[in-house]
Amino acid sequence: MTAIPLLAIRDLTVEFATRRGTVQAVRRVDVSVAKGETVGIVGESGSGKSVTSYAVMRILDRAGRIAGGAVDFSGIDLRAATERQMRDLRGREISMIFQNPRAALNPIRKVGHQIEDVLRQHAEAGSGDAKAKAIAALEQVKIARATERYHAYPFELSGGMCQRVVIALALACRPQLLIADEPTTGLDVTTQKAVMDLVTGLTRERGMATVLITHDLGLAATYCDRIVVMEQGRVVETAPATTIFRAPAHAYTRKLMQATPRPGVTLRDLLPEGAPAAPLERAKAAGTPLLAVSGLVKAYPKKAGLLTRKAAEAPFRAVDSLSFTVARGESVGLVGESGCGKSTTSTMVMRLLDPTEGSIVFAGEEIGRVPAARFARHRLRPKIQMVFQDPTESLNPRWTAARAIADPLLRFRTVTGSDAVRARCEELARLVGLPVDLLDRFPHQLSGGQKARVGIARAIAPAPDLVILDEPTAALDVSVQALVLNLLADLKQALGMSYLFVSHDLQVVRLLCDRVIVMRAGRIVEEGPTAAVLSAPQAEYTRALLAAIPRPPV
Amino acid sequence: MSATGSPALVPTRPRTGISATLAHAGTVVAGNPVTGFAFALLLGLMACAVLGPSLVPYDPLASDTAIALQAPTLAHPFGTDQLGRDILSRVVVAARLDLAIAVFSVALVFVAGGLAGIMAGFFGGWTDRIVGRLADTIMAFPLFVLAMGIVAALGNTVGNIVLATAIINFPLYARLARAEAAQRRNAGFVMAARLTGNTDLRIVLTCILPNILPLMMVQMSLTMGYAILNAAGLSFIGLGVRPPTPEWGIMVAEGAGFIVSGEWWIALFPGLALMLAVFCFNLIGDGLRDIVDPQRRT
Repeated sequence: MTAIPLLAIRDLTVEFATRRGTVQAVRRVDVSVAKGETVGIVGESGSGKSVTSYAVMRILDRAGRIAGGAVDFSGIDLRAATERQMRDLRGREISMIFQNPRAALNPIRKVGHQIEDVLRQHAEAGSGDAKAKAIAALEQVKIARATERYHAYPFELSGGMCQRVVIALALACRPQLLIADEPTTGLDVTTQKAVMDLVTGLTRERGMATVLITHDLGLAATYCDRIVVMEQGRVVETAPATTIFRAPAHAYTRKLMQATPRPGVTLRDLLPEGAPAAPLERAKAAGTPLLAVSGLVKAYPKKAGLLTRKAAEAPFRAVDSLSFTVARGESVGLVGESGCGKSTTSTMVMRLLDPTEGSIVFAGEEIGRVPAARFARHRLRPKIQMVFQDPTESLNPRWTAARAIADPLLRFRTVTGSDAVRARCEELARLVGLPVDLLDRFPHQLSGGQKARVGIARAIAPAPDLVILDEPTAALDVSVQALVLNLLADLKQALGMSYLFVSHDLQVVRLLCDRVIVMRAGRIVEEGPTAAVLSAPQAEYTRALLAAIPRPPV
Repeated sequence: MSATGSPALVPTRPRTGISATLAHAGTVVAGNPVTGFAFALLLGLMACAVLGPSLVPYDPLASDTAIALQAPTLAHPFGTDQLGRDILSRVVVAARLDLAIAVFSVALVFVAGGLAGIMAGFFGGWTDRIVGRLADTIMAFPLFVLAMGIVAALGNTVGNIVLATAIINFPLYARLARAEAAQRRNAGFVMAARLTGNTDLRIVLTCILPNILPLMMVQMSLTMGYAILNAAGLSFIGLGVRPPTPEWGIMVAEGAGFIVSGEWWIALFPGLALMLAVFCFNLIGDGLRDIVDPQRRT
């Protein structure tokens, strides 16, 4: 560390004016970043980590205001700088990359032109050399065939490619400081590794400083020199990345660290100390399988061109001759990166989508032939249920929690009479650990974890045999994720259900599943007991997936 | 998972739907007095429509040529027309007919256009194509000319004005409902409703409709002004309402000829009433949009 920091945030307080008065989102925060250093700011949602960076960039929305403290960037007081000075600094001296790369790019402009725009804006290039410089910038972020991709529109590129373009944009003017706000959330684990390697490699090469804002302590510890942990607007701990996992000083850091799924821990280890939890038994999978899928295919015809009416090419097979079984009481993980067909598979098993070919035998009955549109009235409908990825989006905003949980009870007529329904709702709420007095709230009045519990209660309400879990914790904070995963394991043990767990996160799958199926491009790459697949992967692809998981120095 | 710009707001005491909406409406009105003014204006208009005939000082149809074409006086604040009828009385009484035409036509198009749009958006495929082409066909005509054609073809009655006004507003409703329904067709809560054994019809009624209703209400208020204008326009050119029925459009038409000879009040006051009514509904539409927009609920 050098003596004079490049960026010094001292006593920063940011306030937001809301209807219920002023809320301090950031309270007396001190962060300093030296030249060439990578600092990670880690915290859960609402910790104020993003707001801190917005305050540095002076891009707080209108309700927000820097109420106190100082922000100093290589001798310039950013709080006192005029808007014109800030415009000049943004992009040239301080750059930022955001979470959703596609939203950060102009969808109707070629990516090459967008890079040129930035270069010209800051007078880094003239009309003669702009194109050459833009292509060079694309090459630096390791985009293959950069001359060709110069002419690509954002929608023609994958998510990882788009994020590379955004990085190229951010680094085009050789800024001294890069702020990366959740740059890899929503990207696949292998893409995450590629993007993070690229960012750290480039910044090291250029001697730049980087601030990495993330909710993932493991990711931050892997790629950063120093870590700042924030909780509810305050910095609770600042420590070198090498020691934070070994000796976390603050209770909150310990809690966060403990809740992060990592090699060598069990589901119960994720819970905070002192939480009452019965030991989990491995259910024995025996007898005829509950679900047997064989030769499952989902094919989509390729879009015909404007002039060629007939689709000349073979249809695209999103799911290609997939076969697997799920035994009673077993949890099976379906793992793969985005576009591998795992969600298509689960939607077909769920009978919300009709397969092109193949059979789905559930509880001894062929259900793959029943049209999805008619399955709503099928005898077996209550027996297959699902927990959705986004707890907010999966609840009708006009229904209270009680109404949402009661819906399956009313439709399947498992319980009749409004008192009985209410009683059953309360019983289910207790089962999933949702305080009963929250039952009359609407989704927007509940937290993410509470909404997830409502979604789980709704799924188990009709006493299903198979529950499909579609990344049920992907939208949750790690500490909430730990609780929800444990809840799912407890429920499975108590109610004897089977789980089909769809996820991209091998660490999470390892905690919950007996068996794992690794998918790629609609096919099964590898299948076997979770421990075996994760400790001794046979397929090259599984090895690549495992290698891409961030490994914090322990 | 990720922290956005918003600070951690702990959900405060729970409020049930209606009281929360009212409280929110209160804040919106307090923050924008124009909306409050518009609601007051609406109350006034409704009072005229309901109580009109018993409020006015003169019989709106009684003519007295002795006092024809009088400029505004204390006895006749809006003056009198060429037959000596009191314009104030006529303007107030006319509110009932004008508002009734607007309300019925908007209610009709709200039901027909809204349902067609929801079906188109939710089911897609052929339903979508038929509704879409129907809306396109209507939009291909100059709307006022289309309304004229419909009234001329079906017969010169108030009922047909209502129908014509509804038809020309159909695309607006169908398209809005279609877009909103299509957006929610694959939402998680709709999938969840399918899993719990709901039929398509029930999903439309419990999941789609209640969620797009607020937006439709805003649309209703905004088109209400347009419907009034359209009905008055049709009467102005001699379709629909016939004299001597008091109606703002006809009154403006009758008065228009007198403006050149200096009797400005005959056309001005019904015109002002028309303007105020349209203005009121547009302002309410804007206010409603603020009230139902969840983004404004900080």
